[in-house]
Amino acid sequence: MGDDLLDIDESMPINTVEEFLRMDRMPHIWCPGCGIGTTVNCFAHALETSGLDLSKVAVVSGIGCTGRVAGYINLDSFHTTHGRAIPFATGLKLANPKLKVVVYSGDGDLTAIGGNHFIHAARRNVDMTVILLNNFIYGMTGGQVAPTTPLTATASTTPHGNFEESFNLPYLAESCGAVYVARWTAYHVRHVTKSIKEALLKKGFSFVEILAPCPTLFSRRNKLGDGLDQMIYFRDNSEIKNDADTKTVSLSFQGKIIVGKFVDKERPTYLDSMNDYYSRKFGDKYQKYNG
Amino acid sequence: MKADPKGVLSGAIFIDGDHACAEGAIAAGCRFAAGYPITPSTEVVERIAERFPLIGGMFIQMEDEIASSIAIQGAVWAGKKAMTVTSGPGFSLMMEHIGLAAMTETPCVFVDVQRAGPSTGLPTLPAQGDMMQARWGSHGDYGIIAICPNSPQECFDFTIKAFNLSEQYRVPVLLMMDECVGHMTERVIIPPADEIEIYPRRFYNGPPEDFLLFKPDDDLVPPIVKAGDGYNIHVTGLTHDEKGYPVMTPQAQEKLVHRLVNKINQNADKIVEYREDQIDDAEVVVISYGITSRVAIPAIEQARKDGIKVGHLRLIIAWPFPEKRIKELSERVKAFVVPEINYGQMVREVERCVGGRVIIEHVSHGGGSVHNPKDIYNKIYKSVRG
Repeated sequence: MGDDLLDIDESMPINTVEEFLRMDRMPHIWCPGCGIGTTVNCFAHALETSGLDLSKVAVVSGIGCTGRVAGYINLDSFHTTHGRAIPFATGLKLANPKLKVVVYSGDGDLTAIGGNHFIHAARRNVDMTVILLNNFIYGMTGGQVAPTTPLTATASTTPHGNFEESFNLPYLAESCGAVYVARWTAYHVRHVTKSIKEALLKKGFSFVEILAPCPTLFSRRNKLGDGLDQMIYFRDNSEIKNDADTKTVSLSFQGKIIVGKFVDKERPTYLDSMNDYYSRKFGDKYQKYNG
Repeated sequence: MKADPKGVLSGAIFIDGDHACAEGAIAAGCRFAAGYPITPSTEVVERIAERFPLIGGMFIQMEDEIASSIAIQGAVWAGKKAMTVTSGPGFSLMMEHIGLAAMTETPCVFVDVQRAGPSTGLPTLPAQGDMMQARWGSHGDYGIIAICPNSPQECFDFTIKAFNLSEQYRVPVLLMMDECVGHMTERVIIPPADEIEIYPRRFYNGPPEDFLLFKPDDDLVPPIVKAGDGYNIHVTGLTHDEKGYPVMTPQAQEKLVHRLVNKINQNADKIVEYREDQIDDAEVVVISYGITSRVAIPAIEQARKDGIKVGHLRLIIAWPFPEKRIKELSERVKAFVVPEINYGQMVREVERCVGGRVIIEHVSHGGGSVHNPKDIYNKIYKSVRG
């Protein structure tokens, strides 16, 4: 992928993201070197250039370090329960289809406790953007093993190393029906920004996985250095392979990382399917549902 | 305000309690429902699924009860009136989200068509074993309202009442049906829409700069806004200040959670509802609710025939509990008889209010059927004639 990605206006003042943040809540709770703030910056830039009516954008988070994103975004924002951001977002979106609903949460929240909701929202193709920050660990609770912890990595509940296979999340999302699937790392800020913007403008269930450093609980315990070292690892070991077969993009402990936009396809959304079906079924008696 | 006539099937119809509940929801203005199939409640959402497409409603069968119980809350924050429906095992799964609705003051309705538990229990048979769970099932302190219908007519009427109370107090309201009431078919009168009273959502309409999402009015209830209206609200299950921002201090906890509890406690006199029969000369009072309030009637009639001065107090609203009235009665009656299809739930509230002043006879039943009225009669007899 070349320079066409670099569509961010370099002349913009650096602090334009502030209007997207609840500055009265700063400083945030994230650790030095954590990748979440970097991705929030990308998210703000993506919103800024998206052309979306920001009063109609709602951010929904679950629980955990990334779950705190909703609390810092200066839009309608909902900090729900652990794992349940997606079903809350489903209700929000289906009740008012004019809203642009973004779920912003972590790997444990969305794919362990929330895994059931993730697969069903993708299957139904509910029109929402899911931004999943994958830091390979439960950070908020002290570094426990997650469904995304790579084989052999150490966590507080796998002190001898992890022997469970981890999720290949792009493959999971695609096989469940997501219409847009991308993976980047917190190092790839311009790609992340572009992907989030594309996901926001995509109709249907769009999914962006962002790998990010957790220096306090993942890197330190695994003797991988600090946040910067993890960013260097992302830089040196990522390979951009757009349209890669998602079956082939599994992650391993400090191994190669395949990043890119893997899926970008069309499929009727839940609401479109419902409206089309009922229009055929009931004819003129049916008034198209629009919230 | 009055009900939106769209979808209100005014007239007399012959339906069961589950279907009547669905019609009550429609009449109340519910246009979003989420559910997961579970006996004996499923017919409620089946009817909603049948009826919603042509009246502009959105029904979604979610992947589980956890999802259903939070999807409705997303819908409420988008401006809908919303409901979910379940029975015991699903009710257990919903507990965390009853707490979320209480904490975030999200007006919504949970219907629990009670069956016998614990666990899978007797899926097709009645019980009243979720009454304490309804009050205390989610962790932490909060207030809720729980209503107990005893007929299909009341399933209709009280579903509307549940929506109205949830809007008035910004709390989750629990409609505590049971399998008998849910599956019992009777004549239900659905009034014309302009005779159905609806409590409208208390929306804030002022400028965003002055707005505090959790700043209560004098009745301790804050007005609400919805997503997409430009208020940039933040809603969290964390302890929060009036703006909705998380504050991790005992002072913030005291201010918020005490209000959530007091919101119901201080308004209890307005919320509490019960029906009394033959109380004036009563020496013994049967306290009942739900289907058991109907089963108690032949026992009471027989006891009256046998010369026992027995009255009947039926809880319409079980939570908040009518503690003032029970205390008053305990000053002058000799005994209370409390039949319920469990091994002792609401009777604990009676005991708490009575404070040992009079005899309390509990008529327990493990679930799977209603009481034999004889068992209630025997306890009435025992309580006064020993």
